[in-house]
Amino acid sequence: MEPFDPAELPELLKLYYRRLFPYAQYYRWLNYGGVVKNYFQHREFSFTLKDDIYIRYQSFNNQSDLEKEMQKMNPYKIDIGAVYSHRPNQHNTVKLGAFQAQEKELVFDIDMTDYDDVRRCCSSADICSKCWTLMTMAIRIIDRALKEDFGFKHRLWVYSGRRGVHCWVCDESVRKLSSAVRSGIVEYLSLVKGGQDVKKKVHLSENVHPFVRKSISIIKKYFEGYALVGQDILENKESWDKILALVPETMHNDLQQNFQKHHSSLQRWEYLKKAASQCPSNIKNEKCGPWLEWEIMLQYCFPRLDINVSKGINHLLKSPFSVHPKTGRISVPIDLQKVDQFDPFAVPTISSICHELDAIFTSEAEKEENQAESDIKHRTRDYKKTSLAPYVKVFEQFLENLDKSRKGELLKKSGTMRETKMNYTKMNSLPCLPAYWKY
Amino acid sequence: MQGTSSTARTLHGRSLPLLVHVLKSVENLGVSYVKGTELYQSKLEAEIRRLKFSYRESLEDEYEPRRKDHISHFILRLAYCQSEDLRRWFIQQEMDLLRFRFSILPKDKIQSFLQDSHLHFEAISEEEKNLREQEIIASSTSLGGPKLELEYVYKIPFADALDLFRGRKVYLENGFAYVPLKDIVAIILNEFRAKLSKALALTARSLPAVQSDERLQPLLNHLSHSYIGQDYSIQGNAGKISLDQIDSLSTKSFPPCMRQLHKALRENHHLRHGGRMQYGLFLKGIGLTLEQALQFWKQEFIKGKMDPDKFDKGYSYNIRHSFGKEGKRTDYTPFSCLKIILTNPPSQGDYHGCPFRHSDPELLKQKLQSYKITPGGISQILDLVKGTHYQVACQKYFEMTHNVDDCGFSLNHPNQFFVESQRVLNGGKDIKKESIPPETPQPKQSAQKTKNASSALASLNSSLEMDMEGLEDYFSE
Repeated sequence: MEPFDPAELPELLKLYYRRLFPYAQYYRWLNYGGVVKNYFQHREFSFTLKDDIYIRYQSFNNQSDLEKEMQKMNPYKIDIGAVYSHRPNQHNTVKLGAFQAQEKELVFDIDMTDYDDVRRCCSSADICSKCWTLMTMAIRIIDRALKEDFGFKHRLWVYSGRRGVHCWVCDESVRKLSSAVRSGIVEYLSLVKGGQDVKKKVHLSENVHPFVRKSISIIKKYFEGYALVGQDILENKESWDKILALVPETMHNDLQQNFQKHHSSLQRWEYLKKAASQCPSNIKNEKCGPWLEWEIMLQYCFPRLDINVSKGINHLLKSPFSVHPKTGRISVPIDLQKVDQFDPFAVPTISSICHELDAIFTSEAEKEENQAESDIKHRTRDYKKTSLAPYVKVFEQFLENLDKSRKGELLKKSGTMRETKMNYTKMNSLPCLPAYWKY
Repeated sequence: MQGTSSTARTLHGRSLPLLVHVLKSVENLGVSYVKGTELYQSKLEAEIRRLKFSYRESLEDEYEPRRKDHISHFILRLAYCQSEDLRRWFIQQEMDLLRFRFSILPKDKIQSFLQDSHLHFEAISEEEKNLREQEIIASSTSLGGPKLELEYVYKIPFADALDLFRGRKVYLENGFAYVPLKDIVAIILNEFRAKLSKALALTARSLPAVQSDERLQPLLNHLSHSYIGQDYSIQGNAGKISLDQIDSLSTKSFPPCMRQLHKALRENHHLRHGGRMQYGLFLKGIGLTLEQALQFWKQEFIKGKMDPDKFDKGYSYNIRHSFGKEGKRTDYTPFSCLKIILTNPPSQGDYHGCPFRHSDPELLKQKLQSYKITPGGISQILDLVKGTHYQVACQKYFEMTHNVDDCGFSLNHPNQFFVESQRVLNGGKDIKKESIPPETPQPKQSAQKTKNASSALASLNSSLEMDMEGLEDYFSE
């Protein structure tokens, strides 16, 4: 892969926005079938330009308008915001208080930095193949819940470009959810609680909710490979002391002694499991069973969400197919069917795909006489010739599903909607409870 | 509001006060008994039945009362939307009432209630329940053990069960929450509270428009302050108290608010306007005649070095006014507890108000200690005060000072306290008539106009200058 040099961004972005950015698909997504008038036109975008110039409340009339502006401004970063009551680029002309964010996709941001207390290989913005499994587990756990528990159908997972993943839930009803419900969803999905000052961050009650049980099943599939081998969390005293901090003190001596006797994290974990599930007779209120084992697994592997990203309807999040200015990587959709094989280091960078394009272009231009002509002819298909192609394909599959759903909804809605009004003449058939609170 | 004219016209003094009465009963019982227990339920049911409040399954002949119930509710919204305190009280009582009514609803009627309230709740079938039995039991903390067959389980859109799913207290599947009956009540109550709260805020905003309607103005201004029930203005006991009994009565039978007013009057030989109104009307209620009152106040004020002429010119007019002998000649009624608690809070130098409401807890404690209340009793009282149950705290004071376990009444009025106290002390007989001849000749009492409950709506705060006569005629049938 071509090495990425941030200094080259202005030139690279110029080419990217002219030849590679998938405008048609992008517009197809945010337009949502054109069912709601001005839905695209009332959408806020924000651009970060060269030298960190940040402009909000950008909005566009249509796909062609979007293209022109992006090519003109050459943004380093693009964020997507909410659909507002008015065109965001005219928000200053709106009466005070009338300009409101109305709808937005439900979004999640999972960041590797939030796991620094439990990963030994990297810290802060660094990632490696060993800790990337955390993202794999996160995607599996969260996606299962969004799909099976909440019934959300249109979920787009995207690589953020550096150290995490984003999820965009695009169902029609979901875009209308209130801030309170969004917060509630994040709460439902949260298990790891506490900051630096809290040692033990997961506490399970005796009643284990199906969500927790199913999440543990997923973690179990990866735990040995990720935690015991890759992270080697029981490798030595320094590392196993951290685990001991999560179990009752009365167990420490026994565990320390036995850990010395064993030779690998695997063996030590087996011992810990056995010890943890035995009934500790000297500790009151301690449950007998796998709870302790599960709490450790969850603290090391369960997803950590940033509630602030998800709860605000007007929150801006990095756009898919945006470029990460530090790594050069494109924010590409992740194929859920192949989530275990996803490799963040194989994701194309802007320099690599521009380079690929250059190579093709040069060879084709030799065949064409008019450069401008070949420009236009190939523009819409250029990305297909680069490593970006398979990712656009994933995106297109996602769009297909949205389309299908939309058609299904329209058919359903054409049935009549009934509205019952409170009618005093019908009161003698009502049950005795007061209905006045409806009003 | 729809149809205000027909609403007001068909309004008996009965239905509005009735609902307030019910709500007050709900409040009192809610404090005295643990809500939801059998004892609470049976007491509440008895109370509601006593008030003839329609609450059961609707029948043809219950149409009118239930319609009035609805109308009353809307009018009460107008009255109670006006302050945060009033709103909170109203919402709390309505919620408790709704919870109770829901609890007595037969199981087969629950479904139709849910449907009718546009709540998308469906009870799921046995097979559906069985498929998910483990998951539902594992999710719901309210279910004790595997007894799912006996429970109704409702399938509702997850967003309608926010408080349940956010804490993972319910099983979610494909966008639906599977909610056992016990938890459904919590959801309905939350919906109710949210809607009523919003409605009250909306009502408050539209109040200026409604208030400009002359027919409703007086009603609204006084409804939330009006005491519903006996107003102690009927002076069947006039002349039965002699002035030299008052000192001993004040420690034995006066509620703390009047006890402290009397003490302040004796010590300072003076009371400010608020204190004179509250205490003066109370004395009228326990049986002082106008002549006795004039003598009582004059004697005391003169001790404070007041000029007798000044008294005659200034204060005596006001006393006569409060007896209905001057000006509009409205016979003012003694203040109810609610009125004392909610209006005209005392400032520095005032002694009126309700000690449980207006006294600093430390000072209240000292006061109760000086009254020789036991430490246990004092702490119970202070707890009640902390929970804003001022009248129940006063009832507790009654119980402690009269050495009874249960005062046997729901306190609403200082004069009620006095009457009940006398009843206990005299073994159920009426107030003992002292054989001391009256100091001044008692003129024959002019026949009091018999007032029914609707006149309670006409009880005026002397600082309010409203002509109520038209309104009384309006309500009498």
